[in-house]
Amino acid sequence: MDLLSNLALGLATAGAPENIFYCFLGVLLGTLVGVLPGLGPTATTAMLLPITFVLPPTPALIMLAGIYYGAQYGGSTTAILINLPGESSSAVTSIDGYQMARQGRAGQALAAAAIGSFFAGTVATFVIAILAPPLTDIALKFGPPEYFSLVVLGLVCSVALAHGSVLKAIAMIVLGLMLGLVGTDIYTGAPRFTLDRLELADGINFVAVAAGVFGIAEILRNMEGEKTREPIVTKVLSLMPTREDFKRMVGPILRGTALGSALGVLPGGGAILASFASYTLEKKISPRQSEFGKGAIEGVAGPESANNAGAQTSFIPMLTLGIPANPVMALMIGAMIIQGIVPGPNVAREQPELFWGIIASMWLGNLMLVILNLPLIGIWVRLLRVPYHTLFPAIIAFASIGVYSVNSNAFDLYAIALFGIVGWLLLKLDCEPAPLLLGFVLGPLLEEHLRRAMILSRGDPTIFINFSERPISATLLTLSAIALVIVFLPNVARKRKEVFVEED
Amino acid sequence: MTANRKDLVCGLVFIVIGLLFALGTRDLDMGTATRMGPGYFPIVLAGLLILVGAIIAVRALGKPAGESFGEVPWRAFFLIIPALVFFGFAVRQVGLMPAVFIVALASSFSSTKMTVPLALTLSAVLACFCALVFVVGLGLPIQLFGPWVRFW
Repeated sequence: MDLLSNLALGLATAGAPENIFYCFLGVLLGTLVGVLPGLGPTATTAMLLPITFVLPPTPALIMLAGIYYGAQYGGSTTAILINLPGESSSAVTSIDGYQMARQGRAGQALAAAAIGSFFAGTVATFVIAILAPPLTDIALKFGPPEYFSLVVLGLVCSVALAHGSVLKAIAMIVLGLMLGLVGTDIYTGAPRFTLDRLELADGINFVAVAAGVFGIAEILRNMEGEKTREPIVTKVLSLMPTREDFKRMVGPILRGTALGSALGVLPGGGAILASFASYTLEKKISPRQSEFGKGAIEGVAGPESANNAGAQTSFIPMLTLGIPANPVMALMIGAMIIQGIVPGPNVAREQPELFWGIIASMWLGNLMLVILNLPLIGIWVRLLRVPYHTLFPAIIAFASIGVYSVNSNAFDLYAIALFGIVGWLLLKLDCEPAPLLLGFVLGPLLEEHLRRAMILSRGDPTIFINFSERPISATLLTLSAIALVIVFLPNVARKRKEVFVEED
Repeated sequence: MTANRKDLVCGLVFIVIGLLFALGTRDLDMGTATRMGPGYFPIVLAGLLILVGAIIAVRALGKPAGESFGEVPWRAFFLIIPALVFFGFAVRQVGLMPAVFIVALASSFSSTKMTVPLALTLSAVLACFCALVFVVGLGLPIQLFGPWVRFW
């Protein structure tokens, strides 16, 4: 069977001692940084990204994937123990997880999260293995109009799922797209927006944008009127859930996994949506509704499974189409490009070891997470006590070296400084940085396919919406239009506000 | 006339950025819809950004002022931003360890809670750690000590 031989190939690749080592290193570093309060998966991955550049492509991407789910998992630990979720996807976990911790059941909450995540991760790995090949086949048939429309859909979805104002999210995407165009025009060789700087001929350094907007900007923000937030770290007594706990966990884990696997594929941050959807679902169908918000284990097990499954399946559009579903996937695509790999359907065909190796390494990584996290929880708890002011100089030092290591050029450090300031200003104006990063990665792609499609159609823009000739493109654009209309509907707009307020 | 300050500023910022980009396309060939030149897509995007910025700004008018912009972390700005610029400018000349030490030392004082002994220890530890991880471990081609500080 194809699936089995593919997975065998993947396991053989991921199981090579070198790759196992880098997977482990990624998971360990990801957890280590992700557990630190206030650092979510995106910031963590952006910061650790440059470390992987010195490796060959396969171990580099395996390590990067490990960093991502390590950070995701570490964030859950922080959410449960000190109620400071690093990123919105683990915000839901903190609702009931922190309550459990306050009742002395932190261990059980952590165990529920670990078991749920591992199960979800296993299932999601298979989902990727099953869905990726047919999707790749479809993607190989995509022409420029289909790609253009797909990118548009991805961008629209990320607008819909961004926090706060829809208009600001759109503006951030457009700004990101434009920043992505800086550099030499691929068709004519004309320099664009390079300000006559040679360093800008290849475009703005992607790592400088990511580390500036997510790392430096966040630090500047935290330095505003520093509050003394000595976190109260709860004690972890015993990890073992009771038999009653297990019974209550099974359903939520199964439903969370299913929800997460499905929603994670959506462009624009499926993991966040998945954990919210799972929490809402569990609360609705539970016979113990009153316990939710006061330490119900279902409220930890469900969203954590959904969150992890979603994090995993968000690799599908990235691996098969070269389209990032969330900012972390945008970072992965950036890493691929720097490694000299063209993201897209050809990766699976031309580099099956890399493709299946990454998929298989996810399962290995999830296994390592469980092994790392439960017995070593004492270490993570101690890490939570590291005060912020001893932490951020290290972040700045790593970011500096990381950005410098990409091209060994001083200009990139000026860029990270500038993007730190710009990112801070935008944060102050309540603009989310995530859509900007997606736009930045997708800008060149969007333009290239637009221009090719227009040459193909001899300047007729209806090529994108002609149902009889280009059904896929037309469908994708129709979906984008519907999604845009929906977020602007007054009812939905209000509901959106409620959802995103709840998580703050 | 009142206006939501944050949204108004936000809209104006986007308009200004859009205008700057539009200005940057002056020398670029627009081409035609069939054969788009290098300037076509950017000018469309710049126009879109100006439009969205204008909508954000106009919608801010007549709304209550909303929360204020808050304080600006000047101290952090004056320490962290120059530290980054310094690193880029000097890492090749002074080498990795001194550069990391100075970056960490300078930026650590943007926190009011930082003490001198802690900052010195932290920066020294970071310099050694980065040297071990990035140069010894990962083999980054950066000298540990550059020509400016090498007296031997």
